[in-house]
Amino acid sequence: MKKKKERRSFALFLLPGFTGVCGLVLAPFADVVRRSFVTAVTQEYVGLSNYRRVFANEAFLLAVKNTVRFTAVSLPVLLTLGLLLAMLLSGLANAQIWKSVFLLPMAMPAATVAIVWRMVFAEGGFLNLALGTDIDYMETAGSFWVLVFSYVWKNLGYTVILWLAGIHSVPLDTTEAARVDGAETCRLWRSVILPQTRGSFYTIAVLSFLNTFKAFREAYLVAGAYPQESIYLLSHLFNNWFASLDVDKMAAAAVCMAGVLLIFILLFSALCLREDD
Amino acid sequence: MRDVSFVKIRRRIRHFLRELARTVLLAVPACFMLAPAALLLSGSVMSGLELSDAFAPILGNAEGYIRWNLLPDYPTFAHYGKLLFYTPQFFTVFWNSVKIAALILGLQLLVSVPSAWAFAVYRFRFSRALFVIYVVLMLMPFQVTMLSQYLVLSKLNVMDTHWALILPAAFSTFPVFLVYRGFREIPKGLLEAARIDGAGEFAIFTRIGLPLASGGILAAGVLGFLEYWNMIEQPLAFLRTRALWPLSLYLPSDLEGQEGSAFAASVIILIPALFVFLLGRDHLERGIVTSALKE
Repeated sequence: MKKKKERRSFALFLLPGFTGVCGLVLAPFADVVRRSFVTAVTQEYVGLSNYRRVFANEAFLLAVKNTVRFTAVSLPVLLTLGLLLAMLLSGLANAQIWKSVFLLPMAMPAATVAIVWRMVFAEGGFLNLALGTDIDYMETAGSFWVLVFSYVWKNLGYTVILWLAGIHSVPLDTTEAARVDGAETCRLWRSVILPQTRGSFYTIAVLSFLNTFKAFREAYLVAGAYPQESIYLLSHLFNNWFASLDVDKMAAAAVCMAGVLLIFILLFSALCLREDD
Repeated sequence: MRDVSFVKIRRRIRHFLRELARTVLLAVPACFMLAPAALLLSGSVMSGLELSDAFAPILGNAEGYIRWNLLPDYPTFAHYGKLLFYTPQFFTVFWNSVKIAALILGLQLLVSVPSAWAFAVYRFRFSRALFVIYVVLMLMPFQVTMLSQYLVLSKLNVMDTHWALILPAAFSTFPVFLVYRGFREIPKGLLEAARIDGAGEFAIFTRIGLPLASGGILAAGVLGFLEYWNMIEQPLAFLRTRALWPLSLYLPSDLEGQEGSAFAASVIILIPALFVFLLGRDHLERGIVTSALKE
């Protein structure tokens, strides 16, 4: 096909979608980048002063700290648990029912989950009943662990499916060969199968990382806009700055967040791409 | 002889024990996954008195712990009745959610399928670069684009209307990515052959492309529905009028005296999501796996 014609067809098919993406996402984000360097009211150029204000803001620092801590704790837990369950499932001929059960939390709207978490974690709730204690987990530093639990609960099925797909994509002949060579099950997993799922590991990690931002939903519905301070996340901060229309601070924070995520995503895709292209 | 059968029995016992351990290990997390739905269901048919009694320790009105009968003493559908027949607000909110989700998914279909086709079929340096941007956008959380969306939505004068939720979501790049994967599986030779036979680019799209896109479209639909049925951040930020709110924000934060309707409402919110989930299980799974494929 001729180059010129190819380009024209590409443009025609893409045009409707691209107009929207440009108009609703790219162009306004460029405007946000501009706004991050000016004052909200007078539109005067102020250099990095908005960024300085953001980084001096206590709520921002708390939110960053909590978000990093939340991610650093919940991601490894989620990935390990997901892998273990996927390993258990991979040997089963009919894993469909288990997979559906594990995916069920994904279908449960945050609104319905919030009420259950209250029954479990309140002072007179199931958890205290089981442990014989009386701690209101939502009002203490324990709320952090409630959020970790909630996140893992919600995303575990997703992760198991991804790990399973990774495990199943390992060519059968390599595992057969290892078995013929007398490798024990343990050895087989450690030296043959797991190393080959490294590519999956990166993708699962990125997708799960991006889902950590959605943990805000349960946190918000259970604890409101100003929760116990150990679960005050970046999402809360954006939400509250938005409510008070702190445009210049929000702009600077959004640009920082986009920058950090962009670096993270590009780094990740560089790691993955090297393997196949 | 006896030795052989002894070895056989031992092996069988070991196999049985291993399977038993596997089942137990899987069943423990499975219980956690199922328990919330069971609690919601039982709570929604529990009589008001029993429910408020059981709930008092949660709301801090009584000492002790929650007491819960998974099979209520006096089952009743009264909460559903009250919610469905005497709470008109609930209907408004329910239809808000239906309308928002349906419009988003419909528009996404119109927008994302041609875009996906463009990226999958016409590949040159510029289109590949643009696709990278699409993937990056797909991965950005709402908080990053919240302010820019607000700026544009208020310029378009759609703040505090349903369009404030629908428009940005309609142009989400996530379904483009999912449908794109389906299109990439079409062998190049097939398209070339159609071109040699004189088919126009649009005819190739409708005749060859669209039938093959159904898998990706369904996957995007199931994942999208679960996502948009559960929208919290966007309506919270962009809708002030409570009558416009979707179901996901309907439940009151103060449950006192309304436990019954809260449970019944939760179950009703859950039903469409569960329905889509059960019907689209396979597509959902494929969608998840597709979303992780690297390009």
